Amino acid sequence: MKKNLILLVDDERDFVNTLAERMAIRGLETRVAYDGESALQMIQDETFAAMVLDLRMPGIDGLEVLREVGRTHPQISVIVLTGHGSEKDREKCESLGAFAYLNKPVNIKDLASLLKKAQEAGGK
Amino acid sequence: MVKDGFFSRFRPRFWDYKLGAQPYQPLFNYARIWILSVALLSAVCLVPLSVLFVVDFQLSQQAIESEVTLRTVRLASNTRRTLTYFIDERQAALRFIVEESKFEALVDPVHIKEMLRNLKVGFGGFVDVGVLLPSGQQVAYSGPFDLRGRDYGDKDWFKKTMQNGVYISDVFLGYRNSPHMIIAVKGRRPDNKSFILRGTLDIKRLIDIITGMELSENCDAFVINRQGVLQTPSRFYGDILERIDMPVPEYSEHTRAFETTDSKGNKILVGYAYIADSPYILEIVRMQDEVMNIWDSLRADLIWFFLGSFLVIFLVICGISTYMVNKVFYADQTRLRTLHRMEHTNRLASIGRLAAGVAHEINNPLAVINEKAGLIKDIFLFRHEYKEDSRVMEPIDVIISSVERCGAITKQLLGFARHLEVEVQHVHLGELVKEVLNFLKKESEYRNIEQVVDITEDVPCIYTDRGKLQQVFINLINNAYQAVDREGRIVVRARPDEDPDWVDIRVEDTGCGIAPEDIKKIFEPFFSTKKKSGGTGLGLSITYGLVKKLGGMVYVHSEPGQGTVFNIKLPIDMEGDVNEGSSG
Repeated sequence: MKKNLILLVDDERDFVNTLAERMAIRGLETRVAYDGESALQMIQDETFAAMVLDLRMPGIDGLEVLREVGRTHPQISVIVLTGHGSEKDREKCESLGAFAYLNKPVNIKDLASLLKKAQEAGGK
Repeated sequence: MVKDGFFSRFRPRFWDYKLGAQPYQPLFNYARIWILSVALLSAVCLVPLSVLFVVDFQLSQQAIESEVTLRTVRLASNTRRTLTYFIDERQAALRFIVEESKFEALVDPVHIKEMLRNLKVGFGGFVDVGVLLPSGQQVAYSGPFDLRGRDYGDKDWFKKTMQNGVYISDVFLGYRNSPHMIIAVKGRRPDNKSFILRGTLDIKRLIDIITGMELSENCDAFVINRQGVLQTPSRFYGDILERIDMPVPEYSEHTRAFETTDSKGNKILVGYAYIADSPYILEIVRMQDEVMNIWDSLRADLIWFFLGSFLVIFLVICGISTYMVNKVFYADQTRLRTLHRMEHTNRLASIGRLAAGVAHEINNPLAVINEKAGLIKDIFLFRHEYKEDSRVMEPIDVIISSVERCGAITKQLLGFARHLEVEVQHVHLGELVKEVLNFLKKESEYRNIEQVVDITEDVPCIYTDRGKLQQVFINLINNAYQAVDREGRIVVRARPDEDPDWVDIRVEDTGCGIAPEDIKKIFEPFFSTKKKSGGTGLGLSITYGLVKKLGGMVYVHSEPGQGTVFNIKLPIDMEGDVNEGSSG
């Protein structure tokens, strides 16, 4: 059960909490982090299968988190979900091993199905 | 009208360039610079030329006049010498006879006849000689007439000879009724009684001397006595022994010349000389017309040369000034165009940055709205009592779909901003055109304009700057939109070109078309037929510049009232063609 945990990282609290709630309705168990620092802390404490990550955050930003996750926890599938995406960001994230790259606002069905795929991929 | 048309053909473009009509000011007032340049160059070139001309004109006039005067004086002087010599020689001959011969021998009829013959042979001109006693009686005579014994005692010449010892008479007719002159010399016999030897000279020799001068047609030479009676015939002023109607010039030892007007009103130059020891005055008259003729032709030459060089210099000055000012003007125009283009590019770039910023910032709250609305929807879906209630579900769906639309708009804005960056990439023409047409979708729906995209499958992807190409399409399609009325048609076509390395793109509209006289100017910066409705006149010139940068070419065909076709030819690989394109 624990191994299917999903970490949601975004400094927009309203967004990330609501998203967690909607994932719960869809039967996905999630944890929430409001900045990069706590996100990195949480992946030390628990085992996650997937992560939804915003790029622009105070302190340690999304790219930094992505790089760190790729280094220390490569088994976690990271889905980048950002409102600031440029073509360059997309390329960079893909080169850093992101599982997917989505722009806000996102269709919940797309995200949920993608997360399920990510869980399966990240669980191994 | 003619004048207007004539001048407008030569009027340089800067002449009508108005200050203050543009957002950027030109560096100079060109018309004023031109006028200043022409004025200054004219002042330093034409003023000295004019001064030189005037001075030379006067000097030449004086030189010619004094030359003519000098020539006349010289002629008079030479002729006087000849005349003086002629008279002196004969006078000396008589003097010699008086001194050398004995009186007895002189009165001998045989001897005197011999003497006349010798005089005729030796000197010529003598007609007769006679010897007179102090009483006036002629005691010896040789000549064609029988004058021996005639008494001259009461004659003026006889008295003067007795008094002065020598006498030279005026020309007169005398008893013989043919013009002649007398030279008389007083001699002294050994018994201290005096006698007079008189020779008569034919005036013909005198006339021969004058006519021998071979004067030009406007010249006259003659001899008068001190009463102004002609001693030789004159060409203009009467025959021998007539009186000339000109005053007798005042006495002068040397030859002189003066200007005057004769009784016929001709301006004349008179050179004269008093013949010494005689009553004769030599006069040479030169019509001023002749003098003037020489001066006139020279003056005409001078004036033509002056006017010609004046005109040539002035034209060259105007030409050089126009050329230089034009150069500066066009350089300045290029500067202004660059400024405009830079401003436009900057404006586009900042619009792009602004759009990107707004899009980014809006995406986050949009995401929140999306999730909150989604959550409500989720909750309602799980609670079956609301599931079927359209009053609840419909607003939520509308919120979610609106958020999706907003998301699409921000995505487009970001895409637009991103393409402003310079980068060469593979571009699919069909997608690019659809993306541009999407911006104008609403407008086309309002105005019922039909958009047709006709891009065949065989049009290859081209390797070019996507942002610039997008800008080209935005400008051309916008232009087409402004040209067409309601229910018009805009067609974007693309085909592979005959040259496999190029594609052929056409943007066609069924709009108002372009007037033939404007068609050459439409790519010029600031040319706009829509100035009143806010056109900058930059759109098509920027388009032109962009297509050139992409290594391509733009053509335009238009039928007023039928529509316009913009034809762009683009290389498939911009970088492969960049050198060729920029050199062309």
